[in-house]
Amino acid sequence: MKKSVTHYETFEFSEKNKKKLTDILTRYPEGRQASAILPLFELAQRQCGGWLPGSAIEKITQMLGLPVIRGYEVATFYTMFNLKPVGKYHLQVCGTTPCMLRGSEDLKAACQKKLSIGLGETTKDGLFTLSEVECIGACVNAPVVQINDDFYEDLTKESFIKLLDDLKEGKKVKAGSVIGRQGSAPEKKGDHAQE
Amino acid sequence: MPKLIIDDQEIEVENGVTVLQAAEMLGIEIPVFCYHPKLSIAGNCRMCLVQMEKSPKPIASCAMPATEGMVIHTQTPMVKKARQGVLEFLLINHPLDCPICDQGGECDLQDITMAYGGDSSRFGLNKRAVPDKDLGPLIETAMNRCIHCTRCIRFANEIAGVPELGATGRGEHMEIGTYIEKAITSELSGNMIDICPVGALTSKPYSFQGRPWELSSTPSVDVFDAVGCAIRIDTRGREVMRILPRQSFQINEDWISDKSRFAYDGLKYQRLDRPYAKGKDGRLHPVSWDEAFNVIADHFQHLPGDHIAAIVGDMVDTEAIVALKDLMNAIGSPHIDCRQDGSKIGYGPRSSYLFNTTIAGIEKADFCLLIGTNPRWEAPLINARIRKNYLNTGLSVALLGAPHELGYPVEHLGDDPLIFEKILKGRHPISAALKSAKFPMLILGQGALKRNDAEVILGLAHKIADKYNIVHQSDPWNGFNILHSAASRVGALDLGFLPGPQGYGVSEILKGAAQKKIEAVYLLGADDIDVSSLESTFVVYQGHHGDRGASVADVVLPGSAYTEKSGTYVNTEGRVQRSFKAVSPPGEAKEDWKIIRALSDHLGFELPYDSLNDVRARLVEVNSLFDELDTIQKASWEDFGKEGTVLSEPFKATIDNFYMTDSISRHSVTMAKCAQEIQGDEQRNQIHEK
Repeated sequence: MKKSVTHYETFEFSEKNKKKLTDILTRYPEGRQASAILPLFELAQRQCGGWLPGSAIEKITQMLGLPVIRGYEVATFYTMFNLKPVGKYHLQVCGTTPCMLRGSEDLKAACQKKLSIGLGETTKDGLFTLSEVECIGACVNAPVVQINDDFYEDLTKESFIKLLDDLKEGKKVKAGSVIGRQGSAPEKKGDHAQE
Repeated sequence: MPKLIIDDQEIEVENGVTVLQAAEMLGIEIPVFCYHPKLSIAGNCRMCLVQMEKSPKPIASCAMPATEGMVIHTQTPMVKKARQGVLEFLLINHPLDCPICDQGGECDLQDITMAYGGDSSRFGLNKRAVPDKDLGPLIETAMNRCIHCTRCIRFANEIAGVPELGATGRGEHMEIGTYIEKAITSELSGNMIDICPVGALTSKPYSFQGRPWELSSTPSVDVFDAVGCAIRIDTRGREVMRILPRQSFQINEDWISDKSRFAYDGLKYQRLDRPYAKGKDGRLHPVSWDEAFNVIADHFQHLPGDHIAAIVGDMVDTEAIVALKDLMNAIGSPHIDCRQDGSKIGYGPRSSYLFNTTIAGIEKADFCLLIGTNPRWEAPLINARIRKNYLNTGLSVALLGAPHELGYPVEHLGDDPLIFEKILKGRHPISAALKSAKFPMLILGQGALKRNDAEVILGLAHKIADKYNIVHQSDPWNGFNILHSAASRVGALDLGFLPGPQGYGVSEILKGAAQKKIEAVYLLGADDIDVSSLESTFVVYQGHHGDRGASVADVVLPGSAYTEKSGTYVNTEGRVQRSFKAVSPPGEAKEDWKIIRALSDHLGFELPYDSLNDVRARLVEVNSLFDELDTIQKASWEDFGKEGTVLSEPFKATIDNFYMTDSISRHSVTMAKCAQEIQGDEQRNQIHEK
């Protein structure tokens, strides 16, 4: 998937984030402030609702005294920076081997059917964006979907669809294992639908 | 000083030398793509793998420093297999389009594939496709061919100082490109074409024009500025197909400016290819050489010698200059001048008009004060050296003159010449920096030297040089520099092509022409003067382009451009260099000194030389410097300059359009496109910033 910058009128850090920004910058020794580029991009991405507009890249690189192309390189290198707007819920379905063996393909297919969107697309109501990601490090409870900052584990087609319905209705959902197991403790027989 | 063994040969190298460089010293060739001797080390192509004893894996020789006791093998089966593997991966996504690729025949990938490539591909899937980028009017891109060596990115960052290129995405999605698609805003961008090891970046003006094996190359000297870059003129038949740099560590290293490289298409337009003389109808008509000479002879006969003047342009070879000087002496005219831009220097000792530090010497400096100059446009390769020093040692640079982005941090002191006096008196903050510097240098540009108070400024500069120890007595350091922008200037000054005691300079010649004190003017390639004041004067224009000078001429004598004659030039450092004739001049045009020699017959003063060797002997007779080619003869430090008051008028920029400064580049289509796209962009940005 080719990434390209989407332009956005202007970008300014909010007052609250400006304080955080000063805090972030002081973490680096004098003259090494350019290293703050990743946390600042993250801060900007959060402020913009999950994506990083070109104007934010320009603003931050200028702030750090870097040529804008350096920031653009960083933003395109790391896949967790979204250079296009994403929905309120960014569904990141893990597609790496353990999750795939535990049914992530089914999750993807069910989600695509349910929301009528392809990978990398956003629903018309702006609620959901679906993407496939590589291993997010929760293989023990595969298959896993990361929605914004939270992991939802031990999913099945049915439980994933229910999760989406709940999110759509604005219900509060619980992060973690949907079958309620603690950490990655061995599941009780019959807990998991596939067994 | 580590000692190591490469392929059973022992070598001792300096600290910091890499295994690859050590191997090169032994004459062992190691294939590379990303390594370039003038750029930082990336180590990402992996083509230079070699075997090191006690290492389980092959090592990248370009990035591995040589250390004591290393034993390296470069020709083992393991090395060959490793390189074959690397190459096979590189070729996975490289298109098989050599037959339609401009790099074909001079392509590193093609050559190395001959040595390490397989006979067929084992990759059965589709190759990736990458959209081409628009990098401006000079660089053609075919990004499918890119192997991600990142040489172009490093060149832009390091040498050119315009960090505009980068690698976006990662893994299979990596692409070389810019943030916003636009022309590279560098005067050195053409060098990216040379350093690209594949056909991803090729020359746009030269695209599909020829193949390297059809071209014959002639070593020559560049005349678009006073740096005197070593160039190679590639020709096919009678046409100049392209111009490339030659390596010259003393002058241009591996690079040349875009004007030197791409302005050659100006040689094909608006050329003077036969003599013309003005008829009774006031228009120029084609005439024979004899007729043209007779018209001149008829006019000159009736004039006293001091009613005739001569001006030499910026691209003239010294052979023609000495011939014209001898002719004007024979006529008895003191009104000769080579400083068509109105510069006021040249009478003092040689050190008063040379770039004494030398170009390579810039690397030693620890402080640089620029006065009335924009080296980025007046001498891009000198600017590249200053930047090199800035990168290596953090050279601090201050600029007194019109502000301009130079590609390295510059402390701008303002453009008020009175600051110069303050610096001398030690009342300016920069004085302290000058004082504490061990090898300070100052560069005076033409912006400071064509003012009316130029000689006072020169005198001030001399005093500053004395006060701040810019010229050392004990060691050979001389930090006093004049930066010329005309290729012919230093040569002409060395030959004394200057007004004699009662002689007129350029501005007085033009004034005299309006007052009828000067009735005939001989312009030898001089186009950058105010020709409107010559409307009613008898003007002989000798040159290669129908430009400003020819527009007011009564007689036009077609001369040769720099590619069409063997000439001697002296660069701003005072280095005497020789170029060779690459193609014949068009039509009836002749080499310039021959035209003057032939004219002298018609005027009745036969000049005493009949061959190029004779003229060159005459050059040596006039100034023995011309006997020593390609060397620097140190100029002794003597008194020069005048006392007086400095005018308050600010220093002005001398070049406002880098791409169109002379009769050749003004007629180049490529340069016109550059001026529009690159410079246009920059100016728009500046206006925007303001």
